Amino acid sequence: MASYILKRVLWGLLTVYFIATATFVAMHSVPGDPIMGAKAMSPEIRANLERRYGLDQPLGVQYGIFLANMARGDFGISYTQQNRSVNDIIREHFPVSALLGILAVVVATAGGILFGSITALYRNKRPDRLIMLGVILGISVPGFVFAALGQFGLTELNALSGREVLPVGGWGTFSHMVLPALVLGLGTMAFFTRLMRSSLLEIVSQDFVRTARAKGLSPVRIFFSHQLRNAILPVITILGPAIATITTGGFVVESVFAIPGLGRYFVQAVQQLDYTVIMGLTVFYGAFLVFMVIAVDIVYGLVDPRISLGKET
Amino acid sequence: MKMRDRLLRVAAFTLGLLLAGAQGAFAAKNVLTYALSTEPPQLNSTKATDTESFFILGHIMEGLTRNGRDGETLPGVAEKWEISDRGATFHLRANARWSDGKPVTARDFVFAWRTAVDPKNASEYAFILYPVRNAEKINKGQLPVTELGVTAVDERTLKVVFEKPCGYFLGLTSFGTFMPVREDVYKAKGERYAAEAADLVSNGPFKLTSWVHGASLRMDRNPHYWNSAQISLEAIDIPYITPDNSARFNFFKAGKVDILAGLGKDDLPKAQSERMKMRNFSDGTLLFLEFNFREGRVTRNKKLRQAIAAVFNPQEYISRVVGIPGTKPGRGLIPAWLRGKKDLFRKEYPIADRRPDLARARALVAEARKELGVAQLPPLVWLTGDTPTAAKEAEYFQSVFKNALGIDLRIDKQIFKQRLAKMSTGDFDIVAAGWGPDYADPMTFAELFTSWNENNRGKYVSAEYDRLIRAAQATSDAGARMDAMAQAERLALEDVALLPTYERAVVFVMNDSLDGVIRHAVGPDPDFTRARFVSNGR
Repeated sequence: MASYILKRVLWGLLTVYFIATATFVAMHSVPGDPIMGAKAMSPEIRANLERRYGLDQPLGVQYGIFLANMARGDFGISYTQQNRSVNDIIREHFPVSALLGILAVVVATAGGILFGSITALYRNKRPDRLIMLGVILGISVPGFVFAALGQFGLTELNALSGREVLPVGGWGTFSHMVLPALVLGLGTMAFFTRLMRSSLLEIVSQDFVRTARAKGLSPVRIFFSHQLRNAILPVITILGPAIATITTGGFVVESVFAIPGLGRYFVQAVQQLDYTVIMGLTVFYGAFLVFMVIAVDIVYGLVDPRISLGKET
Repeated sequence: MKMRDRLLRVAAFTLGLLLAGAQGAFAAKNVLTYALSTEPPQLNSTKATDTESFFILGHIMEGLTRNGRDGETLPGVAEKWEISDRGATFHLRANARWSDGKPVTARDFVFAWRTAVDPKNASEYAFILYPVRNAEKINKGQLPVTELGVTAVDERTLKVVFEKPCGYFLGLTSFGTFMPVREDVYKAKGERYAAEAADLVSNGPFKLTSWVHGASLRMDRNPHYWNSAQISLEAIDIPYITPDNSARFNFFKAGKVDILAGLGKDDLPKAQSERMKMRNFSDGTLLFLEFNFREGRVTRNKKLRQAIAAVFNPQEYISRVVGIPGTKPGRGLIPAWLRGKKDLFRKEYPIADRRPDLARARALVAEARKELGVAQLPPLVWLTGDTPTAAKEAEYFQSVFKNALGIDLRIDKQIFKQRLAKMSTGDFDIVAAGWGPDYADPMTFAELFTSWNENNRGKYVSAEYDRLIRAAQATSDAGARMDAMAQAERLALEDVALLPTYERAVVFVMNDSLDGVIRHAVGPDPDFTRARFVSNGR
């Protein structure tokens, strides 16, 4: 078990190294650079800036400096936020994205299991059809549409009710988080619902369910202790990657609701070619994703006794 | 008699109550709320380059002078000054104070200006100080910063020596890069200077009291400001920062912000249906087509450029493509809002309306083909940005070029930095460009098409144009300067170095009870320093 985890972690580190290198190469092959602005500057002012940021060094040297700093966990100073280190940006804004992401995953998982169970229980009946229609919408309609619609609806609702039901934007209290978390979780919730439905339907016809029914167990007991427990496994499998993608993919929701999350820094960095922030956040997100997948594999082994880690079969 | 007395007293009492009540109502709303699209990268005035930084700095700092409602220069930290061809002397007011109560001194300006031109500081706006003696040489690393032509004669007298006569120097002194910086605070904070609210001191009408990165900023009235009695707002609160236009629109609609400084085109119908009172102002930016004069480009051919100019219909373009009320057709290189000798530059040097002439345009294209020796002109590469507006503009020209001139236009849409890179390397025939002023003098535009200007992306070169601009830069005589710039402008238009398309307008909405908001083409925009609430409620 320990050697399995160690092996996975080493592979994970190697993956992160490759992500970093590929990003470095890709970023430097794009035309333009971080100090280029809408107004062109004179060669001497440009030279001053290049010296200040070490851009006058050959690319190989820049890569070496980057790797050495990365090994120490230092991603450098942002080009666009000139007085802030990338580490500060991650430290201040990742918790916001993470909190929003976790809430969204909770919403998505709870909703997904609930609606998935309903659709499976009422297979091909009206509730099933209705929910599945919602699922198709949830999967196919992009998040920014939900975000904009949600905010618009809330503005109207607040105006109609004459009081602030929920704040239309900003960050700080739990009430600020409700709508963004719901909006952010919708897509994943739809996906989880579909997953839960097919997984439950598959299990209904399994031998152990039939046995349980033959033993005379109540349908409620069968559902909760046999069907649901087994059907939930696929959801757990993708829970890790889902947490990672939701946490890292909140840019649109963050910007519609004016939430100070990390997502918008990432998008801005790419637009501005802010080298240090791009590298720092890519490596951070990359590591986060990789280790989320590892964590899920380990948890999976604990949940399902049929899977034993680290043994070849 | 007694009865009348009592009546009077009751009346006075009632009036007093009413007044107090009204005052209470005024006092209830004295904080202006606003939303920013992005947060300032940092607030070090010697390095600031962007709108958001200048907006905040314009409220929490004050230079020697400040911008008035109509762009006129008003006294700031300096109460009076003398300016000649060789230099200037500024007399600082005795009661100008920093937010920690210390006096603002001439040394604070000397330190700030030296820092701005220090090559180690690598300020992008160092060039704006080049009218000061030795600034350029210092910035190139040829002289030490102590050689800069600015000295503190005493605590309250600042003496500036010019590199050469500078007719617009006074207007520059309100600009962000010229604002004072306290040496002790700057040195104590090091690289962290102005990175957080606690890392700077202010000398302006407001002071920065809170800054949560990516989330919010708050500026409170600065009690140490010399003119604090004239400041009505208690605070400027910025609880939202988001690049999303429609999100900011929703915040305004929900009453969460008092002003929306710029409405996107998509928001106009929404604002109309909400019956919002829309106002517009010219933000000072000129939009134009820039042609590539590099070797091997067909746009080098004057007849071709003239044909394109002859077919362009500004009125149609503005109504069908731009669609923002208040947009003015682009006539020349110098926009309509800038002042000349005494009156507006454009009034003193008028340019006739552009009228499309299809027959002439076609004849010019035929001549261009002959001169270039081709039967058919190759497709022209149109470089532009990746916004929906940019695409719409490009498609308009594509159809005009095809239908009227029989020329194909290949649209090259690029994201911001890639477009800039292609503009620099000259990878285009025509680029949809624009220029916002750095200071309120025609020179900020006139200088654009000189051979030495890095922003002359098409590499238009004219010895005569260069000579005229050099002449304008060598004197502070308004008549001679304006004449020279007007001649240069006429030359650039004759050569079709550029085709001005329009002068940009911005539509904005604000709380009906808000008064005294100033919009500036140059300087901090919007300017809330003199804003006040005149009645309660929206």
